[in-house]
Amino acid sequence: MADTPILLREKQYHQIKAVLARLRMDSSARVVFLVDKDGQEIASQGEVGNLDTTSLASLAAGNVAATGGMAALIGEKEFPTLSHEGEKESIHISVIGRLLLVVVFDERSSLGLVKLRSKQVSQQLAAMFEEIVAEDFDNDSPFAEITDEDIDSLFS
Amino acid sequence: MTFINYASREINCKIVYYGPGLCGKTTNLQYIFDSTAPQARGKLISLATETDRTLFFDFMPLELGTVRGFKTRFHLYTVPGQVFYDASRKLILKGVDGVVFVADSQEERMDANIESLYNLEENLQSQGYDLLKLPYVLQLNKRDLGNIIPVEDLASELQRKGEPVIEAVASTGQGVFDTLKAVAKQVLTELRKG
Repeated sequence: MADTPILLREKQYHQIKAVLARLRMDSSARVVFLVDKDGQEIASQGEVGNLDTTSLASLAAGNVAATGGMAALIGEKEFPTLSHEGEKESIHISVIGRLLLVVVFDERSSLGLVKLRSKQVSQQLAAMFEEIVAEDFDNDSPFAEITDEDIDSLFS
Repeated sequence: MTFINYASREINCKIVYYGPGLCGKTTNLQYIFDSTAPQARGKLISLATETDRTLFFDFMPLELGTVRGFKTRFHLYTVPGQVFYDASRKLILKGVDGVVFVADSQEERMDANIESLYNLEENLQSQGYDLLKLPYVLQLNKRDLGNIIPVEDLASELQRKGEPVIEAVASTGQGVFDTLKAVAKQVLTELRKG
């Protein structure tokens, strides 16, 4: 059996977006996004433009998973933050339970500021995600009535 | 795991292509990528060695259309098939919603198929999944080659639970979309159960 689906309601989505928007402003970052550890993008804020956030989310999760594997091999639980500094653009990733907070920033900001601001919103995001995970379909699943025809139509 | 976003009205599911080295997992993804309209798919990300062997994973997001007002997006992943990349394979199975096992039909790869299938069951278990309860398809690839094992023999050796068995030649696309459809259908049917 696969895991229970995660349901992100509109209200929670907008709450998360608001936290990310504030973080982005406070850290002078280019883009901020929240990803779950399996690589699913939850929300993003900032100058997304042509940035392929879906691929970035998947690679960020792969990156954290790989370094987490290395951590386990040397007896660490995990590495809670990862930073990659480039010539112009840099990425900072914080692991918050099942979430990854990814901040993309350039010379307008600094690693120290991004680290500080990310840490400040970690608890808030973790609490929000707890609520999301507790969400259930509550008999309002739009998928309860999916028919075989609905599914077949995707491939026609 | 399936991620349902009510705000953007999207369903996101994760499908993993598993199988022994050189069985055609990446070729499946490459064919899907090449034959899908650009607006329906994202980039095909390949973390591969210089000799094009998968090092960590391949990844491609694919949008299939709308069900009940929700856009359905499938995140397709492959694992590295070579035996010594087992740590990477385990990581990629996290949060999986459906699995395709790509078997190599050639006689000399039978042992590799069995070993990889056993490895899949073991790695799923270590992540808390049971292959018998997961959406699953068995693809018999390379049916165009000369030294292949008959379908019945492969199925009796590799089939685990009456899952769909699909003959394929991934390099020409034969059976590729049938395989994807078979697994996607099972994943979406799971959603019906809630």
